[in-house]
Amino acid sequence: MSSRQRLRAWIAAPVLALFAAILGWGFARAPAFGDFHGAYGDLLNRIAVPQRHTSNVVTAIVFDYRGFDTMGEEFILFASVVGVVLLLRAVREPATGQDDPVASDAIRLFGIIMVAVILVFGLWLAAFGLVTPGGGFQGGVAIAGGIVLVFLASGYRAWRTFGRERLLDPFEGLGAASYAAVGLAALIAGAPFLHNLLGLGVAGTLRSGGSMTLLNWAVAVEVAAANLVLYTEFLESYLVPHLPRR
Amino acid sequence: MACAATSVALCLDPLRQIFLSGVYGLLLAVLFVVLQAPDVALSMLVVSTVAYPLIVLIAISRTRRERGEE
Repeated sequence: MSSRQRLRAWIAAPVLALFAAILGWGFARAPAFGDFHGAYGDLLNRIAVPQRHTSNVVTAIVFDYRGFDTMGEEFILFASVVGVVLLLRAVREPATGQDDPVASDAIRLFGIIMVAVILVFGLWLAAFGLVTPGGGFQGGVAIAGGIVLVFLASGYRAWRTFGRERLLDPFEGLGAASYAAVGLAALIAGAPFLHNLLGLGVAGTLRSGGSMTLLNWAVAVEVAAANLVLYTEFLESYLVPHLPRR
Repeated sequence: MACAATSVALCLDPLRQIFLSGVYGLLLAVLFVVLQAPDVALSMLVVSTVAYPLIVLIAISRTRRERGEE
């Protein structure tokens, strides 16, 4: 051990010991496993279905009781994706005539089948977000993942059908804007921002939730487009310039 | 859970590490389901096994290529 390493060890040891002590102190005073003191959670579990007619209470919280927070989160995602686009798109050369075919037929076949499976799963998650666990965010990421599988299974050419900036950018904007539009529509109608205008529907069916359904789909479109824009930017900037030329 | 987390932290090769972290995310999702939080489990599942590994894999392939060219 050199003298420099020894010095480092001497400096690190007390700091690490301090952190270990704080961690141990915190764990020692943590409540027992399963001990729950959230009065708000119990209350919402009781009133959400009669008040909002959505059998998935989490979605009622995300799109109704805390709908304004979700709008903030959606715009955080929007702003960060815009940041990535601004950084990467400016310094990129346009791709021309490159392909990276996947050699194995088995991988291609299995991959393409899985694209369909994951897309249907994503759409189901988003559509039934108000009824069963899931919702726009989870559905959106799954849809984006399913489409990226096209690139993994059949190469760059096939992916380029979906991974186009001009195709994805409008959806990214549309998702973010339509969330705000649903909120503003309530203001125009003389109700509070994001107030549910469309009626609550029948609990436990796809027609439950009213405006929440629209917000849910807005988030699904926004999240799917945001993820796809992100993947497109990274792929175009980092992988495509190194693909073999035809 | 503890084993998976430790193996992620101790793994030195980034490529293996990202697959291990995917496995860790999957286990965490199972834990969320067991604790009756299916919504959180689904979020964890899609983020930890789809979105996050993809970004990291692209970054790894980029750095490997740069090192290979030197």
